[in-house]
Amino acid sequence: MSHGTLLLVALLLPFIGSLAAGFLPTHARNTAAILAGSVAVAGIGISVWLYTSLADGAPVQFWLSWLPMLGLDFTLRLDGLAWLFALLIFGIGALVVLYARYYMSREDPVPRFFSFLLAFMGSMVGIVLSGNLIQLVFFWELTSLFSFLLIGYWHHTASARDGARMALTVTGTGGLCLLVGVLLIGRIVGSYDIDQVLESRDLIIQSDLYVPALVLILLGAFTKSAQFPFHFWLPHAMTAPTPVSAYLHSATMVKAGIFLLMRLWPVMSGTDAWFYLVVPAGLVTLLLGAFIAIFQQDLKGLLAYSTISHLGLITLLLGLGSPLAAVAAIFHTLNHAIFKASLFMAAGIIDHETGTRDLRKLSGLYRYMPITATLAMVAAAAMAGVPLVNGFISKEMFFAEAVAEHTGSLLDDSLPYWATLAGVFSVTYSLRFILGVFFGPPPVNLPHRPHEPAHWMRFPIELLVLICLLIGIVPSLTVGPLLATAVKGLLDATPPYYSLALWHGFNLPLMMSLIAMAGGVVLYLGLRRYLESGIEGPPILRDFKGQRIFEKVLATLSWQWARAGEATLGTRRLQPQMRIVITLAVVAALAPFIANGAVGTGDMPGTPLPPGFALLWLVGGICALGAAYQAKYHRFAALVLVGGAGLVTCVTFAWLSAPDLAVTQLLVEIVTTVLLLLGLRWLPKRIENVYPSRPPLKVLLRRYIDLTIACALGGLMAFLAYCLMTRPLTQSVSRFFVERAYSEGGGTNIINVILVDFRGFDTMGEIVVLCLAGLTVFALLRRFRPAPESIEQPEQQRIQHAYDVATPDRSPGDTVADYMLIPRLIMHWLFPVIAVMAVYLFMRGHDLPGGGFAAGITLSIAFVVQYMASGTRWVEDHLRVLPLRWMGMGLLTSCATGMGSWWFGYPFLTSHFQYVELPYIGKVPAASALVFDLGVFALVVGATVLILIALAHQSLRSSRAAQASEGGE
Amino acid sequence: MSVAILGWSITLAQVLLTLAMGCAALRFIRGPRAQDRIIGLDTFYVNAMLLLVTLGIRSGTTLYFEAALVIGLLGFVGTVALAKFLMRGEVIE
Repeated sequence: MSHGTLLLVALLLPFIGSLAAGFLPTHARNTAAILAGSVAVAGIGISVWLYTSLADGAPVQFWLSWLPMLGLDFTLRLDGLAWLFALLIFGIGALVVLYARYYMSREDPVPRFFSFLLAFMGSMVGIVLSGNLIQLVFFWELTSLFSFLLIGYWHHTASARDGARMALTVTGTGGLCLLVGVLLIGRIVGSYDIDQVLESRDLIIQSDLYVPALVLILLGAFTKSAQFPFHFWLPHAMTAPTPVSAYLHSATMVKAGIFLLMRLWPVMSGTDAWFYLVVPAGLVTLLLGAFIAIFQQDLKGLLAYSTISHLGLITLLLGLGSPLAAVAAIFHTLNHAIFKASLFMAAGIIDHETGTRDLRKLSGLYRYMPITATLAMVAAAAMAGVPLVNGFISKEMFFAEAVAEHTGSLLDDSLPYWATLAGVFSVTYSLRFILGVFFGPPPVNLPHRPHEPAHWMRFPIELLVLICLLIGIVPSLTVGPLLATAVKGLLDATPPYYSLALWHGFNLPLMMSLIAMAGGVVLYLGLRRYLESGIEGPPILRDFKGQRIFEKVLATLSWQWARAGEATLGTRRLQPQMRIVITLAVVAALAPFIANGAVGTGDMPGTPLPPGFALLWLVGGICALGAAYQAKYHRFAALVLVGGAGLVTCVTFAWLSAPDLAVTQLLVEIVTTVLLLLGLRWLPKRIENVYPSRPPLKVLLRRYIDLTIACALGGLMAFLAYCLMTRPLTQSVSRFFVERAYSEGGGTNIINVILVDFRGFDTMGEIVVLCLAGLTVFALLRRFRPAPESIEQPEQQRIQHAYDVATPDRSPGDTVADYMLIPRLIMHWLFPVIAVMAVYLFMRGHDLPGGGFAAGITLSIAFVVQYMASGTRWVEDHLRVLPLRWMGMGLLTSCATGMGSWWFGYPFLTSHFQYVELPYIGKVPAASALVFDLGVFALVVGATVLILIALAHQSLRSSRAAQASEGGE
Repeated sequence: MSVAILGWSITLAQVLLTLAMGCAALRFIRGPRAQDRIIGLDTFYVNAMLLLVTLGIRSGTTLYFEAALVIGLLGFVGTVALAKFLMRGEVIE
């Protein structure tokens, strides 16, 4: 397998694993863990395998044409930087999977957890491997989505839901900003390909769009990496299960923002704008996070703010813009991932074994879990930057960079002091973590009796701490080559000289480290009493909550403004809505004509008007007007009139040489009449005498305005049609279809060939919409509660029922049976006849008027006729009508036909055509489009019958309800 | 000569049929009873069917007869539905 394909495998494996885990039974936690673990280990294997091929410096690429017309390709690209991140994602991922196996409770749906975790892993790998900026943003948003699912995994708790929603809102919005920023970059460079972007530094920096693009991209990175002022989502994400926190806040999620900054660092950094945007954000985050972390009472809260602080440190380093600072940033990213993952896992173990994470309750745990305590101490030492552990070396590099001169500004000059202060804070909170949890008097009132965890639960921490020590003691032997590879990936030019030694002699950074450690101890001792008082949160900043501001903004946007907008612009009544829509339509349709001055009829001569046609239209027009006039108060009359107008339309189609349209329209007309009648039963009754005398002037005015609007629209449409038809037909698409319908589609019914062949994909979409509409009607009617006055049986039925009951030799239901005797017989016998008609319309649809749609409607009429003749109960006892199955089969048939052409190597929905000789029938055209049409047919039958039956069932339901209530009385 | 006779008679038939449709329409506009409206609509359908047949005769294709066939076979459905609605207060019980 080539290296490029391996990349694709590494990207796809987590997603495939995620899908597989999603299908596991709810309590198969071992299987899910093994699946997830093997995916992660395979990922590590691929990363290690590919390491050798990175030695010569050229990135490994995988390339697939995606949207060549837009210059977009699906590219995977692995350079040193991406390699390091991929290794972190898979490596920490494998350990987190192992840890989660023991952490997650038997009661939780663990396969779902692993499914989300794997999908998240895949999205992260997607970010680091993307060779294309758009693709990167896509995976970026995927991580937002899956982190939402992971943080909200325990969705039964409100805080988990809130935390998840906040994380999604903040990072998702940032992702949108990033997308715009990336589009700007693409505009500047002319390509989204990362290789090309990386070569265009001068182009980007000198562009006018540089600052907007920079700001937008930074917004994306800062929200993801929880930089001030967007840091507030991260502590709330701590409601996630601890393995999630360990994964998201050490090696992944928040590091995505860092990765993005690094990825674009070569082309965007080094300018004043970059320095003054990134450095202050990083610095404030570094100090604020560390300061707040000291005062946390929740173990994971402390780690969360410490994470924020360390992310600030890395951002600050990247902001400085010097290559050495970038090296330090990469190194610290690696170190932070390792020690923070182990600390989160330790916190999870403490939570798991004692039942609490509250620092006020925990103390003296060293007695009960000495090994975990020792491991946590080493990791915390790394967090504080104590020598011999990995955090020390990268912190030294940070201090050295803080001292070094960059822009010479006040901010730059003051950095050493701020850096030392941050060091002091980090020592203080690390001390608090260790001393508060593991030392002191034995704990009282813990929910569980603490003890050491299962060995394999502790194993990931042991491994990570070992790595911490190895990097801390012999850095150049262990991490040196890896770091060199990553640096080569980041900096194209020769990397700067840096030394990974533990001892650099007595220099300024070492002094700063010593001051920070001493200061941290002093600060901890000084604050000890305050912290033991048990107050939550830091002084001064306590009342200033990011979450509250966030919620307030959200409430303003999505509630107050939305309500105000609805109150001023919206209405719940149909009339004003129609008025606005139609007026706008009139204006929008008229505007271009008036603007272009092209109003006027063409000069084509009119066709002579046959007298019959004129009369027909007169009748039709009267029907339409009458229907509109009667619509409000005489619905039945209006329905009959609409039927008349509809029929005139059908005859018009026929008269104007479109018999196929006439047939289809006729069928629709018949179904519509039945449908409207079914609905008529449930409409509320007319309120007589709303206005006792004359309606007030306001009402009259409104009616006349509405009439004017309606006439204007109708007249305008007619005028438009007339203008169009009196002009010569210019080059239109119909010629194309007329010429090719037979030669390429094999049918002479052009409409049908267009529907099932040329524009088969459109038809596909339309039948899906029909399917959805049918299902929606069905779903809505299941919840339908009729108006109180329409619940009781119609008057006619009550009278006939009373007559049947009162007459001695009759039983209830006789009257309707007598009335329907002859019609019922005829209608039963007509069922096969109509069905044959449907088959006929269907079979010859490809060449002559007809087709799946018309046939489907015909067959559904056959069904409805049975319902009308014998009632719902009888029909459903004698005939298996399963509209949902018809619809399902129809949709599947159409899809399968479309996909069938893939089998022969043609694009979706390519149709094949030939004549087939059938015994007795003769030569029959057989196109694969016919099978597609069969799907359309089945779906139309299903959807129409579903809607009609759903309406018909209302009578059954309400009569049942009426009987029940009578029985109750 | 016979072509002219046929042409004229078809035109005449069409005019008369549309006039009949007009009369039926008058019935279902004026009523007065709902039953009158339904009978009116049924008459309207029958006349429309015949009109389609005359169109077919004029154009010389059978396609129009099929539209007429659809009315012949299914045109009664609307009438039955309306009548059932009048008689029982709902179309499908």
